[in-house]
Amino acid sequence: MKRLLSLIIAISLAGLATAGKARELTGAGATFPYPLYSKWFDIYHNETGIKVNYQAIGSGGGIRQLLNKTVDFGGTDAFMSEEELTKSPENPILHFPTCIGAVVITYNLPGSPALKLTPEVISSIFLGKIRKWDHPDIKRTNPGIELPSLPIVVVHRSDGSGTTFVFSDYLSKVSPEWRDKVGRGKSLRWPVGLGAKGNPGVAALVKQIKGAIGYVELAYAEKNSLPYASIRNRAGNFIKPTLKSISLAADVPLPPDTRVSITDTKSPQGYPIASFTWIIFYKEQNYKNRSYERAKEMLQLFWWMIHQAQQYNESLLYGRLPQTAVRTAEKILKSATYRGKPILR
Amino acid sequence: MKRRTPFFLSLLIAALIVVGVLLASFFSITVSSLPALKKFGLDFFLGKQWDPPAKVFGALPFLIGTLITSFLALLFSLPFSLSISILLGEYLKKGRLASLLKSLVDLIAAVPSVIYGFWGLQVLVPWMREFEMKIGVSPYGVGILTASFILSVMIIPNTASIAREVLELVPADLKEAAYSLGATRYEVIKRVSIPYAKSGILAGVLLSLGRALGETMAVTMVIGNSNVIPRDIFSPANTMASVIANEFTEATGNLYYSSLIAIGFFLFLITAVFSILGRHIIKRSSLK
Repeated sequence: MKRLLSLIIAISLAGLATAGKARELTGAGATFPYPLYSKWFDIYHNETGIKVNYQAIGSGGGIRQLLNKTVDFGGTDAFMSEEELTKSPENPILHFPTCIGAVVITYNLPGSPALKLTPEVISSIFLGKIRKWDHPDIKRTNPGIELPSLPIVVVHRSDGSGTTFVFSDYLSKVSPEWRDKVGRGKSLRWPVGLGAKGNPGVAALVKQIKGAIGYVELAYAEKNSLPYASIRNRAGNFIKPTLKSISLAADVPLPPDTRVSITDTKSPQGYPIASFTWIIFYKEQNYKNRSYERAKEMLQLFWWMIHQAQQYNESLLYGRLPQTAVRTAEKILKSATYRGKPILR
Repeated sequence: MKRRTPFFLSLLIAALIVVGVLLASFFSITVSSLPALKKFGLDFFLGKQWDPPAKVFGALPFLIGTLITSFLALLFSLPFSLSISILLGEYLKKGRLASLLKSLVDLIAAVPSVIYGFWGLQVLVPWMREFEMKIGVSPYGVGILTASFILSVMIIPNTASIAREVLELVPADLKEAAYSLGATRYEVIKRVSIPYAKSGILAGVLLSLGRALGETMAVTMVIGNSNVIPRDIFSPANTMASVIANEFTEATGNLYYSSLIAIGFFLFLITAVFSILGRHIIKRSSLK
């Protein structure tokens, strides 16, 4: 027993010693991009020997851990609000986008028809105003599809989530009534419906209940072959969510800090319920005894993420950053400093 | 003191660490919940709105959801847990069937709650949906009633094992005296054993209530997670524990964070009261 114990201690000490030597960066935050990040960081580890440890604890946790300075960077699905940014007044927090995700409307109807939905219909359904599938407003945009006289059962996320944030952000833009009654957030006061945990929970309830409608991430719907709706965008076109159309949604002029919502996009072929997901980090990297090397390694990783790494996005069903977004992100990365001097040149 | 051997000291230190952890977590929960309690005061418990975007936090829907599911679960489980305890405490005291039954009942308590939730979602929810369609209410399948059924299964062993133990403690001479007066077995159980063990059984009930109040995973999976006050027992609802589990990871903003912790604080108090009350009653009844 004693020998075993000392063996365990010896092994863990050896582990500690190598961990000290190995180049390792830590991040925490959003769960949505986690599959992509873990693939990226795996490839990056093979190419450079730098290990990146990303914990998918949720965007809120990522923001908290960055503010507590326990991680090198955070990941978030919803950009930090002005109020949250004021929590670090002396050292501003920067955002840059890494990929694009989308929220799709999925449903359980006989024959799984490909529905076309307008923003008005979607908001009315989730507000509880349209309660049956054969409502004239739904019929109007779906000629040729036989809609049953089933009650609509709304299914939403019960856990706080970036998916809910993006969806409610979209509804707040297209429906003043939604904006005033419900608003946008990771958790909401839902007027109607059932809550289920995670994309799998929502998908399971929608599959079980005839006449159910819910929203899930595009990648999840695609992997599980769920039916989803085309949605009319601002230009008046019904757009099917595809990797191309969600990437096009981001192809709009961006503000310099990239903290922008791209839902209800002006892009004529863009899918209207798409969003960036971001990495967040401190502009001045000389804090809490961080070394210059560490800061530089991190910025080089970020540079790789917005360039070479983008080729892996689509195979994992994440949208690629359009060129405008890459250019803006480059500027942000170049603005990071160590003792006031830029790190990347 | 003679007892101050290194062994005794190490035991004492280990015990104090455990107590310290409990007190420290209670302290930090209290401190973190203060902003919400200060801001909303009594309205935190009486407010019907739980609206994160508007930063209005009233926990009444969860309080109601918790109480209804727990007491319904207790109601459903009592006939079964009492029957098991009387069967094992009075009729089948020894033998293979008795030990098999005992270990199976204890196994109910050992199954992780996520398994119950999973079973509930896959099996019970579709049944409930058919049932709800037949009686003509909204056929969600998930909701208060489903959560209460799952909970009632989970708390059966808590009541059953404590009630069985107190029934076994009923002195044999009391029962023999009753038999000698010509009482039947049923009369002995009804007039001697149960009255004697009454407070112990109550204690078991309180302890299982404590478990039901705090149960999180299984309930979250089948209750439907709606943050409004339920209209009836078929409605979806949310409990205090499940709203914390659902919303904590993405709770940004101090007030939101603090409000969730305040729910935790209150849940901590309620379960502590039931647990202390239960143990107190057991102690008193076993001293008798």
